[in-house]
Amino acid sequence: MAADAIIRVENFTAAYDGKTVIDDISFEVNRGEVFVILGGSGCGKSTLLKHMIGLYPPYRGRIFIEGKDIAAASGAERLAILKRIGVMYQMGALFGSMTLLENVRLPLEEYTELPPDAMDAIARMKLQLVSMKGTEEQMPSEISGGMKKRAAIARAMALDPQILFLDEPSAGLDPITSAELDGLIQKLAKSLGITFVVVTHELPSIFSIADRVIMLDKRVKKIVAMGKPAELRDHSDNPWVRQFFNREAEAVNAG
Amino acid sequence: MSAALELRDEGDTLLFVLSGRLDAESTGRLWTEAFEGLDRKKPRRAAVDASAVDYCDGSGIGLLVELRRRQGQEIEVRGLAPQFKSLLDLFPFDTKEAPAPERRRLSVTVEIGRGTSHILSDLRKQVAFTGELLVNLGHALRHPRDVRWRDALAVADAAGVNALPIISLMGFLIGLILAFQSAIPLKQFGAELYVADLVAISVVRELGPLMTAILLAGRSGSAFAAEIGTMKVNEEIDALTTMGLTPVRFLVLPRILAGIVVAPLLTLYFNLVSLVGAAVVVMSFGYPVVTYNNQVVHALTLTAVMSGLVKSFVFGVIIAGVGCQRGLTTGTGAIAVGVSTTRSVVAGILLTILVDGVFSVVYYAVGI
Repeated sequence: MAADAIIRVENFTAAYDGKTVIDDISFEVNRGEVFVILGGSGCGKSTLLKHMIGLYPPYRGRIFIEGKDIAAASGAERLAILKRIGVMYQMGALFGSMTLLENVRLPLEEYTELPPDAMDAIARMKLQLVSMKGTEEQMPSEISGGMKKRAAIARAMALDPQILFLDEPSAGLDPITSAELDGLIQKLAKSLGITFVVVTHELPSIFSIADRVIMLDKRVKKIVAMGKPAELRDHSDNPWVRQFFNREAEAVNAG
Repeated sequence: MSAALELRDEGDTLLFVLSGRLDAESTGRLWTEAFEGLDRKKPRRAAVDASAVDYCDGSGIGLLVELRRRQGQEIEVRGLAPQFKSLLDLFPFDTKEAPAPERRRLSVTVEIGRGTSHILSDLRKQVAFTGELLVNLGHALRHPRDVRWRDALAVADAAGVNALPIISLMGFLIGLILAFQSAIPLKQFGAELYVADLVAISVVRELGPLMTAILLAGRSGSAFAAEIGTMKVNEEIDALTTMGLTPVRFLVLPRILAGIVVAPLLTLYFNLVSLVGAAVVVMSFGYPVVTYNNQVVHALTLTAVMSGLVKSFVFGVIIAGVGCQRGLTTGTGAIAVGVSTTRSVVAGILLTILVDGVFSVVYYAVGI
């Protein structure tokens, strides 16, 4: 597709304890797009994400972030890659012993030489960006699930990364909160030009945010479809994919 | 109204005549009766007459389904009211249905092999952890500004200052008890003043460091494991890693540093308080404080005090390290956090005592 690939995954295979979860897949994520990884439960979506952010080394194959192999990098080189990405974990993974402001401040404290009040100001701005103004001094345990995810996005954006990875942003949220989060993702993608890699199985979300999707299938452990969600829904030559999109989409329209 | 079961032979068919209300309570009573009948008669075919059943819920249906499964063939169900029949239809008979899964038993060889490989991989993780810790400690020595001192102070406060009341109580009582126990034999020789020597030397050299370490393992080693384990379960450790912050530097180092500082200080405090406890006993024998004091000062050498403190320094590293390592290797789920916490205490105390043994041998060899 486009020449400007920000992430390149080449012949990637993932395995746990000798069991293959994902078998030899390759794809590219283009700069500035919202890229969705989707599939049923247990198909390896989160596994793929955790490999892309360098938590686990690939069993086989390579993953390049802005042209650099994340698994092979170590030390300063790895740090440089990690600073270019931000991750929002499924439950937020905010540090429970710190206030929201301290959570967002943490990457700034560790990686910048900014004076303390500048760090506070930037952290506040990031929280404002995700509509969390006025919650700076609250603890993660005091806020709702949707707010935790938004605060986690603010923390992931602290160092102005090029790529944001979101693991199941709408899981466990009511439709309204979930739609708000979708709106936030679109806003950030447009205004800041951040590339998003989103793992989800929520169809309404997919249709509203995704520029491009890949679909994983547990049975073949491969990518079974790639492209724009609406096109896949209408024109995919794989009946299972069409069915997946349509059945759910009809149910959503009817509801 | 309760349920009743009657078995009737109809040629080669055994007929189960059910009547009344088949719910969880009444079905339970019929269950054994029905299958005993089936086992006794071993009929070629079985059938159920349910025309007198006026209520049937999941348990009643369960009885019918189980009857069919044990008989190994479709059974005829007569006269079951339609509203209950629809429930039964949810479980169509499947001839290929596997018998209820039995728990797979592994042979002793496999069990031993698994256990061994588990222990080895655990050992490997511990060696890797120790290595990473040493590298980070080295880095901290060269770049002290990179250490999160605020975290270390907070941990030292929780593990040290907050432990003072329990350490006071334990130290005082141990001193008291030890003095009383040793006073009985020593009195026979009129040597009860030497209680002071005995308590001073045994507490300062051995009991002080050991008791403090055990207390530290129970109070703080477990807390480290639980806290870090919960962070692991909540993906907070993953979040740290993707921020480029290594958990060992960020979480473990402050705790180890706190442990290194806190363990000797608490030991020193424990020693002091238990000497006070022994003083109470000795004074009750009619000796003035000054005499007791002189006796203790005479008995103790700087080497004895230092030998105890060196031990407690090492114990501090062990307990904090084991607690953190157990926390970091936590699996998934709430149970895993509990397992890590338990292991941190058990392994912490065990290692402490092992190392204590090594210290005794070394001290003996060099004549301290």
